[in-house]
Amino acid sequence: MKKLLMTFLAVCCLILALLGLDFALTASRAQPSSQKGQTLTFYNWGDYIDPSILSDFEKETGYKVNYQTFDSNEAMYTKIQQGGTNYDLAVPSDYMVAKMKKAGLLAKLDKSKLTGMDNLNKQFLNQSFDRGNQYSVPYFWGTLGILYNTKRVKGSDLTSWSSLWSDRYKNRLLLVDSARDILGMTLLSQGKSVNDQNKADLAAAQGKLSSLMPNVKAIVGDELKIYMAQGEGDLAVTYSGEAKNAIEKNSDLAYTVPEDGSNLWLDNLVIPKSAEHKQAAYALINYLNRPDVAAKNAKYIGYATANQAAYQQLPKSIQNDKAFYPKQAILDKLQVYQNFNSYWTQAYNDAFLEFKLGKS
Amino acid sequence: MKIIERSWLTFCFFLLYAPILFLVVYSFNSGEAMQGFAGFSFVHYQELWQDTRLLQIVLNTLILALSAALIATVIGTIGALAIYRTERQLLKQSLLSLNNVLLVSPDVIIGAAFLILMTALGLKLGFLTVLMAHVAFLIPIVVLMVLPKLQEMNRDLVLAASDLGAKPTEVLTKVTLPVITPGIFAGFFMALTYSLDDFAVTFFVTGNGFSTLAVEVYSRARQGVSLEINALSTIMLGLAFILVLAYYAYSQKRRGQKPTKLKEKVK
Amino acid sequence: MNKTKKRFTEAYLGIYGLWLLAFVVAPLLLLLIQSLNVPGKGFSLENYRDFFTSGPYLAMTVNSIWYAFLITVITLAISYPLAICLTKLKHRQFWLLLVILPTWINLLLKTYAFIGLLGKGGLLNQALSSMGFGHSQLLFTNGAFLLVAAYIELPFMVLPIYNALLDIDPLLPAASRDLGASSFDTLKKVIWPLSMPGVKTGVQTVFIPSLSLFMITRLIGGNKVITLGTAIEEHFLVTQNWSFGSTIGVVLIIAMALTMALTTDKKKTRKRGRK
Repeated sequence: MKKLLMTFLAVCCLILALLGLDFALTASRAQPSSQKGQTLTFYNWGDYIDPSILSDFEKETGYKVNYQTFDSNEAMYTKIQQGGTNYDLAVPSDYMVAKMKKAGLLAKLDKSKLTGMDNLNKQFLNQSFDRGNQYSVPYFWGTLGILYNTKRVKGSDLTSWSSLWSDRYKNRLLLVDSARDILGMTLLSQGKSVNDQNKADLAAAQGKLSSLMPNVKAIVGDELKIYMAQGEGDLAVTYSGEAKNAIEKNSDLAYTVPEDGSNLWLDNLVIPKSAEHKQAAYALINYLNRPDVAAKNAKYIGYATANQAAYQQLPKSIQNDKAFYPKQAILDKLQVYQNFNSYWTQAYNDAFLEFKLGKS
Repeated sequence: MKIIERSWLTFCFFLLYAPILFLVVYSFNSGEAMQGFAGFSFVHYQELWQDTRLLQIVLNTLILALSAALIATVIGTIGALAIYRTERQLLKQSLLSLNNVLLVSPDVIIGAAFLILMTALGLKLGFLTVLMAHVAFLIPIVVLMVLPKLQEMNRDLVLAASDLGAKPTEVLTKVTLPVITPGIFAGFFMALTYSLDDFAVTFFVTGNGFSTLAVEVYSRARQGVSLEINALSTIMLGLAFILVLAYYAYSQKRRGQKPTKLKEKVK
Repeated sequence: MNKTKKRFTEAYLGIYGLWLLAFVVAPLLLLLIQSLNVPGKGFSLENYRDFFTSGPYLAMTVNSIWYAFLITVITLAISYPLAICLTKLKHRQFWLLLVILPTWINLLLKTYAFIGLLGKGGLLNQALSSMGFGHSQLLFTNGAFLLVAAYIELPFMVLPIYNALLDIDPLLPAASRDLGASSFDTLKKVIWPLSMPGVKTGVQTVFIPSLSLFMITRLIGGNKVITLGTAIEEHFLVTQNWSFGSTIGVVLIIAMALTMALTTDKKKTRKRGRK
C-alpha cells in the first residue's frame, strides 16, 4: 500500500514539475511586442512552412501564431466541420476547397484586404474548384508523376503512363496508396480525364489496372519517399512533393511527368467561417504573398511555389528544373481534381480496393 | 539451461533495441535522413533546442500521458474490483465485453465518436477533452491488467481478514491492494504507453491550443519526418532510462530495509 | 459486515458504470445508429447486407482474424520464454522496465527504423549476406509484417505473463522436481497451468487490438495484407462514408464479444484452493 501511495505521489510531483516547466516556457515564448494581444491559429500540414517565417511575422506584426497540424485533408475537414474549436487559417488541397465551400465552411475573402495577389502566377488562379478565387489563395502546387532510379530505369522510356505496364518493370513499381491518383493515372493512359464519371470508363480502367499488378511491388503511403531513396523500388507513381523529398535523399532519383498529361494539385490558404481572428489571418496571407517571403518558404519546403514573383527570385538551378516547374506544353495538359460526390468517391475507392485485394 | 536462458534474453533485448539503436545513431547524423550516415554531428540537437514550439509539445505530451495514466489507473482498478465482485455471470460477462469495446475499436472510430459526443455536449475542445478521452480509452487496459491479479488472489485471505475483525476499508488497503499492486503497476505503465502513442483520438478531440508529439510526428509524414524528432526521442529515452535507474535504486534500498514482503508473511 | 461490503461493491460499480455509460455505451449507440442510418436512404440494414454479401469485405474479415491469430501466436512464443527468463534474473524489475521502455518511442519513428533495418542495404540484409545467404527481399513480405507487429505487441504480452509467473509459489516447481519430474514436465504440468490467467490476459491484450491493426499493414506490408482496420480507416478518412465505417466497427465489436464469450471458461467453481 505504501509503495502504491509513494508512487502515486511521485507521479503527481512529476506532473506538477512538468507543469511548472511548461509555464516557464510559455512565459519565455510570449512576445513582449504583442500589444495587439491577438493569437492567430494556423491549421496546416506538419512542417509545411519555414518556422522562421512565422517568427518574423510575429515580430513584424505583433500577432502571435499558434501553429497546429493535421495529416490529411479529410481529417482537417472533419475537425473544422464538427467545430468545438476555431482555426483562423487552414491549408486544404484543391478538391477539398470545393468540398468545404459546398459545406459552407469557408469565409468569402474580402479582396480589398488582400495584397500581393498580383504576385501569383495566373496559371493557378481562377481554377475550377474556386472560380475567381473567392475563397482561396494558392500556396504551393505540384503534379502527379513518375519517380525513377536513373541507374536502373531509362527516363526516356517513361514518356507515357502506359509505359508502366511494360514487362520489364516486373515487380519493380511502387504505387502511392490513393484511389483517385492511381485510377486517375490509368484513365489518363486510356485517354480519359482524371475526373471521369462514367461507369464503363471506370470499369475499363479497373480492368487495365489489374493487369498492372505483376509490376507492382507494393502500395504505400507517405513512406514511399523513404522506400525510393533506399532503392526498394526502381520506379514509383507519386506526387512531385514526395519526389522532391526523395531526390534530396538520393541523387540517383529523377522525376518526370508523362506527356499524356497528369493531375495538377494545389494547396491553398483559406479562412474558415468559424475563424475568430480574421484580421490576423488576412495579415498572414498578405505576408505569405510577399515575393521575398514566398521565395524563402519555397526554398525551405522544396515544393513549387504558386507565387510568380517569388519564382523569379529563386536560384536559377531551381527555376530551370523542368521536373518541378514543367514547360507550358505539359502545364496545359494538367487537370485539377474535381470534388466527387459520395457515390463517385465510393466507386473509385471500391475499384481500387478490389485492385489491392487482387494482389497476392 | 542457463546458457539457453541467457541467449534468449540476449536475442529478445537485441530485437527490442535494434530499431531504437538505429534511431539513436541517426540522431547524430550530419545528413538529413535515416539513410547513409554522413558524419557525426549535433546539428539536430541544436535544431531541437531552438524549436521551443516542439519542446512545449513534448511537455504537453508528458503532462497529458502521466495525468491520464494516473487517473485511468485509479478508475481502472475500481472497475476491476467491480467486475471481480459481481456475482451474476451474465452481468460480469457483459461488463467485460463492454470494457473491451474500446480496445477493439480502431482509433479513428473512437476519435470520431468522442468528437461527436463532446461537441454535442458543447464542450470546448482542448486539454481537458483530450484528457477525458485518454482516460476513457486507457481504463480498459488497466482493468485487463488488474483483474487477473484479483482472480488469483486467495479468497481465504480476505475472509480471514474480515473474520479477524478488519473493516472493509482495512481489508482493501491492507490485503487486497498490496496483493494486486504488481497488476496496478503493469496497468499504469501500459496506459502510459498507449497514451504516448495515440494519434487519432488526440487529433479528433483536441482544440486549437493543444497538441501532442504523436499528432505532430504523424502530421509531418507528408513532408518527411526530420531527424530532429530522432534527437528528441534519444533525449527522452535517456531521461526515461535515468528515471528507471533512479526508481530501481530507490526501491532496492527500501527492500533492503524491509526484507519480509507481505506475500512471504502470508505464506 | 456484509452490508458495508455490498455498499462498497455498489460504489465501485457506480464509478466504473458511469465511465462505461459515458465513454463506451454512448459511443457504441452512436456507432450503431450511424451504421443503420444509410445516407439518403434513412434507417436500413443495407450496410450490413452489403458487408456480408461483399467478397472483398469477407476476405478482409478472414484476413484480419488470421493475421491477428498469427501475431498473437508469434508474440506468445517469444514472450513466454522471455517472461520466464526475466523472473529468474536478479534485478528482474529493472529488466522488465527495460522491456517496456522501447514502447515509449513514437510508433511511426520505430517503423521507419525498421524500414531502414530490413531494407535492401539494411543491417539485416548485410548480416545475411555476410553469412552467405545473399540478398533477400524482406520488406513487403508477410514475415516482416508479422515481425514488426509482434515487436509492437511484445510488452503487452510479457507483462501479464511475468506477473502471473511471479505469483506461482516457488515451492510448487521445487516440489515437482523433488518428486522426480523433468524440467519440461514441471513446465508443462505445473508452471504453464498456473500462469494461465496471465497468458489469457496477454492473449486478449494482443489479439483484440491486432484485429484492427492498419498502419503496419501499409508501411511494412506494402498493402499486401489488408485488414478490417484499413477498411475502417479508409471509410472514415478517405471516402468519409462514416455509415459504412461504423458498420464494420459494429461487426468487429460483435466478433470481439463472441470471442470473449467463447474463450472464458466455466471453471470458476473448481478454481480456488491451491494453498
